[in-house]
Amino acid sequence: MRKSVNNPQLNKHGELTHLLSIEGLSAPILKQILETAASFVGVAEREVKKVPLLRGKTVCNIFFENSTRTRTTFEIAAKRLSADVINLNVGTSSQSKGETILDTVDNLIAMHADMFVVRHAQSGAAHLIARHVGSDIHVINAGDGRHAHPTQGLLDVFTVRHYKPDMHNLRVAVVGDVLHSRVARSEIHALTTLGVPEVRVIAPKTLLPQEVEKLGVQVYHDMASGLKDVDVIMMLRLQNERMNGALLPSAQEYFKTYGLTQDKLALAKPDAIVMHPGPMNRGVEIDSTVADGAQSVILPQVTYGIAVRMAVMSILAGNTE
Amino acid sequence: MKIHIKNGRLIDPKNNIDAKHDVFIAAGKIVGLGNAPDGFVANQIIDASNLVVCPGLIDLSARLREPGFEYKATLESELLAAAAGGVTSLACPPDTDPVLDEPGLVEMLKHRAKLLNLVNIYPLGALTRQLQGKNLTEMFELSEAGCVGFSQADNALTDTQVLWNSLQYAATFDLTVWLRAEDAHLAKNGVAHSGEVAARLGLQGIPACAETIALSTILSLMRETGAKVHICRLSTLQSVAMIKQAKKEGLPISCDIASTHLHLTEHDIGYFDAQCHLRPPLRTERDRDALRAGLLDGTIDAICSDHTPVDDDAKLSPFAESEPGASGLELLLSLTLKWALDNKLALPQALTSITSSPASVLGIDGGSLSLGAQADVCVFDADFVWKVEAKTLLSQGKNTPFMGLELPGKVRWTLLNGQIVYQHH
Amino acid sequence: MLPDAEQLLENLSRQLEPFIAEGAALVGIHSGGAWIASRLQQSLGGDLGTLDISFYRDDFSRIGLHPQTKPSNIPFDVEGRHILLIDDVLYTGRTVRAAMNELFDYGRPARISLAVLVDRGERELPIEAQAVGVRMTLKPGQNLELLRDAAGHFNLKLHEEISE
Repeated sequence: MRKSVNNPQLNKHGELTHLLSIEGLSAPILKQILETAASFVGVAEREVKKVPLLRGKTVCNIFFENSTRTRTTFEIAAKRLSADVINLNVGTSSQSKGETILDTVDNLIAMHADMFVVRHAQSGAAHLIARHVGSDIHVINAGDGRHAHPTQGLLDVFTVRHYKPDMHNLRVAVVGDVLHSRVARSEIHALTTLGVPEVRVIAPKTLLPQEVEKLGVQVYHDMASGLKDVDVIMMLRLQNERMNGALLPSAQEYFKTYGLTQDKLALAKPDAIVMHPGPMNRGVEIDSTVADGAQSVILPQVTYGIAVRMAVMSILAGNTE
Repeated sequence: MKIHIKNGRLIDPKNNIDAKHDVFIAAGKIVGLGNAPDGFVANQIIDASNLVVCPGLIDLSARLREPGFEYKATLESELLAAAAGGVTSLACPPDTDPVLDEPGLVEMLKHRAKLLNLVNIYPLGALTRQLQGKNLTEMFELSEAGCVGFSQADNALTDTQVLWNSLQYAATFDLTVWLRAEDAHLAKNGVAHSGEVAARLGLQGIPACAETIALSTILSLMRETGAKVHICRLSTLQSVAMIKQAKKEGLPISCDIASTHLHLTEHDIGYFDAQCHLRPPLRTERDRDALRAGLLDGTIDAICSDHTPVDDDAKLSPFAESEPGASGLELLLSLTLKWALDNKLALPQALTSITSSPASVLGIDGGSLSLGAQADVCVFDADFVWKVEAKTLLSQGKNTPFMGLELPGKVRWTLLNGQIVYQHH
Repeated sequence: MLPDAEQLLENLSRQLEPFIAEGAALVGIHSGGAWIASRLQQSLGGDLGTLDISFYRDDFSRIGLHPQTKPSNIPFDVEGRHILLIDDVLYTGRTVRAAMNELFDYGRPARISLAVLVDRGERELPIEAQAVGVRMTLKPGQNLELLRDAAGHFNLKLHEEISE
């Protein structure tokens, strides 16, 4: 009996006030982020790699789940916007003392932070925090459980657009552990929203959620047919704990069946690009010769990641009320 | 105390009555329908003009949270909520702290409820000690103490041999076993239906087959043991078909669904609305429609509130970490009426699912307004539309997916044993 | 009657000729200033850059980020150069301040000069142009906009702000 629910990411003018998920955002909003990010790319190449946009603002990185890598990219982005940055690893401290997420958040609100960058192991944590803080503080989801990692999804489509500007004429394959991947969900929504006509997922059945096709993707279980004629290959990271267990028998068998090698890459279009959100498991989901090869755009992804995060932060900071 | 309920529309599904009949009550019993008995002089007259007079509702599952979880709710708050919801009899599951696995605890609970004198309560005893699924409880003694059935609540019985034995033992004394059909392994860590929404939101799913596999096990064991079983909170299309077949086969089986599942689907989770974190999970529209159809053709016996009050903090967590359950006693009538409106059902047919039909599941006399029956009565305004708000709910649990929505049907009077226990002002 | 923008451009071009001859570089401010700078470069030659000052505006916290930002592009070394900053209309001076701030993030110029098509006065900062196409006075609430047609031809347009 569906209640009408307002999109919690938008303010009453329909402007982006939190970034929680790609899902539910319109193509114009995504394009604005990508175009703003393009303006920020040049900033990193200047003498002074900083703009004064967020001077006097405080960005608080709240990581309930540790990730030095992601936290660092957000930190660089915030600092290049001249914001002050506070890093908080909550993973080990307050949570174990029985403090709830919202207790932690309330403490930070009291410190007058303007923006929260949140990572949490549970799907929906960023939504919970955004609902709690209202529109005074902007919340950026830096990964919640298996749900979403919207800035990663954005930087991936930024990279795709850079190399393949005609999004309406692309075939993209997302390969690997879609079931547990917040990156995959954000990539899929970003690609379909921007008009990519064919998004494929390639994985064994154990690594795909039930009814994954409802996300608007075509499902393949083998690389030979799944990679045929694709323009973009987005590899997913396989978490160590999933390599030998109930979902997969071994890393070796996974590499043999779903690892991206030069041979398998040859099935895609000759000018196909290869992406990976990092950190890579070389020899598990991707072969080193591919990761370091001519078609790999994995390092540019990292560079663009900072520009995309700067764009998101500056757009959110400007959309009050 | 003699009460005259006049000018109401009397609906008594069990006796096939839907007519303008006055009701006369004396000494806790129905003493007259239509015409006053000779010499009847009422102490109190209830004017039920434009209102429906029906048997007090019977709820097959309401957690009262005592003993052990008084921070979530108390017997007093929840029994008041029941009375406000027109509920006059309810069954409560054994997952309290301590678990209802000893006769003394059951007697204490019944005694406390008796003192409050708001609702008849019918405790379900624990099927296994501590609900741990290992050792049987003293089912015979517990039944003597007042347990109407034996249940594992939401704690799955993973050891099939223990399940077999407990059904054998219950069958020995002709006791009914109440089970939720859910395979514990398939449901492990699950918080939402395995489907589109779980895929989208990245939530751990509970597949429909978690229910059908467990149900199939239960049905096989019923055939072996002859035990009577009530299946609690059916949620899938396939299991409705299985129950239908089992009933056709003649197995002594009954089942219920939660009022939430009569209306909501996985899509109502929206953006991680923890109020829609329920057990079993909300499933698809096809499942929801199959539940509605199952009620209509008699496959499903009753709608229950599955009342599960939780404290406010328990829902203020990420979806998977939030506590499942919804407060429901005060919504049972309204959600049943809403279903009747949605499906254009006659009121008597809809009311069967919350009066006479659950009464026969419990094996009690209630659920009708026959002459001589105990005067448990609900008088309600079917056309009144009200908004669900925290401040209007008497239950301590303000947790419901329907918060803020408008629903039809408001209870005006509730009578228990011929006494007014609730009156809406 | 508004002046002819093409005429003003010619006027400005004449004034800037000696600067370019001495090696000054043109830097246009998005979007009107960038168009003018590009036309000036066609006639005078020299290095050309563009600035989008969205990230340096002083009213960001009030009105947010401009919905369409363009990358700034300065394809030469700013360090030690004479920079000719080009804009269409000089008014409060805030845009020029932002542009100078941004310019300094590319390096330390030897000198910055300002050239504008129209100077409408009413400065809020101590900033003056070294080359001006025309000086004129406008009423408060009026705005001048530089338009460029499909053929690349310039025109000035007057907007009246509707007071609420």
